[in-house]
Amino acid sequence: MYDALLAETITLTGHDGDAIEAYTARPLTPGPTGGVVVIHHMPGYDRATKEITRRFAAEGYAAVCPNLYSREAPGADPDDAAAAARARGGVPDARLVGDVAGAARYLRGLSSANGRVGTIGYCSGGRQSFLAACSLDLQAAVDCYGAFVAGRPPHDFPVPAEPLLHLTENLSCPLLGLFGAEDQHPSPAETAELEEALTAHRKTYEFHTYDGAGHAFFAVDRPSYRPQTAVEGWGRVLDFFGRHLAG
Amino acid sequence: MCTYLTEKIAIDGSGKGAQGYFALSEAMVYVDHPQHAPYEHTVNIDFLNPAQGPAARVAVELTEEAALALVEAIRHALDVAPPGLASAAGTPGR
Repeated sequence: MYDALLAETITLTGHDGDAIEAYTARPLTPGPTGGVVVIHHMPGYDRATKEITRRFAAEGYAAVCPNLYSREAPGADPDDAAAAARARGGVPDARLVGDVAGAARYLRGLSSANGRVGTIGYCSGGRQSFLAACSLDLQAAVDCYGAFVAGRPPHDFPVPAEPLLHLTENLSCPLLGLFGAEDQHPSPAETAELEEALTAHRKTYEFHTYDGAGHAFFAVDRPSYRPQTAVEGWGRVLDFFGRHLAG
Repeated sequence: MCTYLTEKIAIDGSGKGAQGYFALSEAMVYVDHPQHAPYEHTVNIDFLNPAQGPAARVAVELTEEAALALVEAIRHALDVAPPGLASAAGTPGR
C-alpha cells in the first residue's frame, strides 16, 4: 500500500483576496480524495492543530488548516498570535467565512480532489465550522464543542461571538456535533437548543455528548484531554467523513 | 470553556520578553485555557506593546489563588510605599 504524505506550509487566498498562511497535509496518491478544512481553536494555529491536519491526510483526505491570525501576526509564535488576535477583538465572522472559502477552493483545485469538502473545528473553531457550513457550499461539517452557536455571551464580551441559530436554515450539509456533558460553553442545554433548530429545519445531523468529558477533550496537550472520549470521537469523525467526503 | 471575556487596559512601564526589555502599552487579563500551565483554566495576563509586534509580549498564566495573591501583594507593596512614589504623574521629568 502506498501511503506517502506531503505536509507543508503554503499561502492561499482568503477573505478579500488576502494572502494568508496555511498548513496542508495530503496523501501523495492520484485520488480521488475528499478535502477537510481544519479550523484551529482560539489558542491558535499550533503544533497540535497541525498534527490533527496530518492525521486527516493519513486517513486519506487532503487537509488544510488556514492560519486565522495570519493578518494580525504573520510569522509570530502561535501563542503570541492568539494574544494579538484577542487584543484586536478576535476573528470577524465574515473574514472567517472568506478564509474557509479560500481553503475549500484550494482543496477543490487539487488535481486529486473529488470536489467534496468538509470542515472540522475545535472550541471557537467548532462555532466557526457551523458558521462556514451555513454560509458556504460544503458536503460535511463537524462542530467539536463550539460555544455560542446557541446561547449568547454576556453583553460586554469584546470578542465577537454572536449566536448563529438563526442561520440554521442555511446549513448546506450534514452536521456532526461532538460535545462534553460537563462543558458549560456549550452546555448540554445549548446543544439541545441547536438540535431543536436542526430538527425544525429538517437538517441532517448527529450529536454525541460524552459523559466524563468537558471542553477540549480532543486536546492531547492539555489536561482536558479524555483519551477514551477522544478515541471514540475520532471514530465518529472518520465514519462521518467516510460517508460524506470519501471516494 | 472558552470565556472569550477579555479585560484590556492601557498601561505604562516596561517588561522583559524574549528579546529583552521593551516599553509596555497594554495589558490583557482573561480567564481561559492556558498555553502552558497544567490546568484547564487559568488567569492569563499579557503585557503587550502591539506597536512592536506580537512577540512584544510578556505572558503569565496563574491559578485563581495565585492571581488573587498577586493582587494582594501589589496592593500591600503600594500601601507600604510612600503615596505617589511609583506614580507616572509624580515622577520628575514626566
